[in-house]
Amino acid sequence: MTKRLTDLAKSETGVILDFDDSDPALSTRLREIGFAEGDNVTPLHFGLFGKNPMSVRVNGAQIALRREDAQAILLKAVKSEASA
Amino acid sequence: MSDGQSLRLALLGAPNCGKSSLFNALTGGKAKVANYPGVTVEYRKGDFTLPSGQAIELLDLPGVYGDCGHSMDERVALDAVRGNLEGERAPDAIVFMMDASHINTHLHNVLQAKNHGLPIILVLNMMDMAARDGITIDLPALEREIGIPVISCVAVRGSGRSLLLDYLEEWGGDVSFGSAATPKEEKGDLKALQAKARSITSTAVSRVHQAETFSQRIDNWVLHPIMGLAILFTILFVMFQAVYTWSGPAMDLIEMAIGGLQRGAAAILPDGLITSLVVDGIIAGVGSVLIFLPQIIILFAFILLLEASGYMARAAFLVDTLMAKIGLNGRAFIPLLSSFACAIPGIMSARTIEQERDRITTILIAPLMTCAARWPVYFLIIGAFVPAEKVGVFSLQGLVAFGLILVGIVFALIMAAIFKRTLTKGESSGLLIELPSYKTPVFKDYIIGLWDRGMIFVNRAGRIILPASILIWGLMSFPANATTTAQTWAGKVGGLIEPLLRPIGFNLEIAISLIPAMAAREVAVSSLATIYSIGGTNADDTLRDLIAANWTLPTALAFLAWFVFAPQCLSTFAIIRKETNSWKWPLFAFGYLFVLAYIAAGVTYHVSLAMGLS
Repeated sequence: MTKRLTDLAKSETGVILDFDDSDPALSTRLREIGFAEGDNVTPLHFGLFGKNPMSVRVNGAQIALRREDAQAILLKAVKSEASA
Repeated sequence: MSDGQSLRLALLGAPNCGKSSLFNALTGGKAKVANYPGVTVEYRKGDFTLPSGQAIELLDLPGVYGDCGHSMDERVALDAVRGNLEGERAPDAIVFMMDASHINTHLHNVLQAKNHGLPIILVLNMMDMAARDGITIDLPALEREIGIPVISCVAVRGSGRSLLLDYLEEWGGDVSFGSAATPKEEKGDLKALQAKARSITSTAVSRVHQAETFSQRIDNWVLHPIMGLAILFTILFVMFQAVYTWSGPAMDLIEMAIGGLQRGAAAILPDGLITSLVVDGIIAGVGSVLIFLPQIIILFAFILLLEASGYMARAAFLVDTLMAKIGLNGRAFIPLLSSFACAIPGIMSARTIEQERDRITTILIAPLMTCAARWPVYFLIIGAFVPAEKVGVFSLQGLVAFGLILVGIVFALIMAAIFKRTLTKGESSGLLIELPSYKTPVFKDYIIGLWDRGMIFVNRAGRIILPASILIWGLMSFPANATTTAQTWAGKVGGLIEPLLRPIGFNLEIAISLIPAMAAREVAVSSLATIYSIGGTNADDTLRDLIAANWTLPTALAFLAWFVFAPQCLSTFAIIRKETNSWKWPLFAFGYLFVLAYIAAGVTYHVSLAMGLS
């Protein structure tokens, strides 16, 4: 099964493999703001209800997004490091 | 273009990279600057002259990540660069700005921008912060790889801008002679450009791994799901308490000054109409609102600090968990928070919301946020009817004001939930914002920002409240043989709507004051001041004393309830008309706010009567 950004626990790091293109406008937006293949992503914080939204560290930036958008980011492998 | 025509440069780049700061520094402009994405949603022009005498016209644009134009503010920026703005010619060249700390995530944006077909330079801003975070950028290598000039910059410091100005001196000449090169087109889709950008940064940028940055350490507290919300609530609570408890001495001073002015004017001027106009009309009317200047200053001292520090985007993150449950768009929070100052910039900043129906929902509920113009009304009535006691360490008046603000927020959320399930149905999402690093506000910008907010309040007193006070005075003073308020022209006009308002506990004076308050909500206060000042016998009575003596408690509470919704404020409806490009939404907003205001006032009045309050 494909791993998604939403599958990562707090402080767990994944590497971006691809984007779910079922909503092309969304994957474009995600790319534009700074997510790309090969980037390390690490969830840092979660919202109170349903862990939504989440904030993610990517390339030294911190980006906040909702889970329904985050699930479009597909991951390669899951490392268990503490930080990106 | 060497005929002395000014050179037009467009400031392009991601949100919150410092475009407006540079714009202000170079042109002496007054664009709003703060530390969150989406501060600028409209383009702005400014001029400056290079030492060589070359005139530059600088375009400050909303931040944009790519070249798609997903939202209205992004389309403004792209239209400006492409020369598609009505009545504006295309720029001669692009100054592309980038936050140096974010070069790893944003470099593909400048590759995309090379395809606009204009000469372009890359300005790496906040180089000092990047260095502090352990980022080293090999500028010559970067320049070679992306094929355009790269200049390092610290926009907020004079010394940090000197390299850029030196460069513009040289490059500007080339652009004006048409000899500056337009970069070679970047081929490939976004994915390919990202891959290229990543390979460039892997060689030209090195980053010393840091265990945890300062911002991250703060965020461990501030973004904690429970502690974070507790901190947010505490900040807001302290803010509204401070507005109440710190403003007392300054208000007393202003009150004394106004009283002195009235006595002085009455002593100098001949008895009669002129004295009445100056004392009861102008000084009483304008003074009744100006007295709230200290509160406004304290309120904005907090708001500006939150905006400049980087906390705003964090607050948006914290509250989003609730917004998502209601079905509100994630980007709605910042427009709504801005509406606490004034709904007009709030409604405009809804442009950052991609989905049209979500933008409309946000615009419709923005007037329910407690704008600065409602404060004078709240202060007046609370001051007259709520004792200045302490509940524990808290001011009771401050608690009541905080309660009114919460009621506004709760109704905004309820209405949003209703609209999202009826008028503006559809999926909502779209938080997707960068959380900026925390920054210490630039002291000078902070003071100027505070001064500007204060002056806006004072200017409104001159522009709107002064003419409204004179108008009300005129209508109250004639015909000359009138002995009661009802017999005056104002009484006759107010009498037309008074039957409609009597069932919700409003008296004739309130009915009169609500009509000119259509211009701006605080005019209700100045009008009441004029009305009671003309009728008053004892010159030393403050408006607060007169209201306390003349109104019953249920009437006062109903009046407060009305102003939580207050369908007044023509400028708000004008901006809704402009931003939605239709009459439907401003009329709808007016209608629903009026109905809510009427019901809320009526329910409050009758419930408090039934409870035996008097």
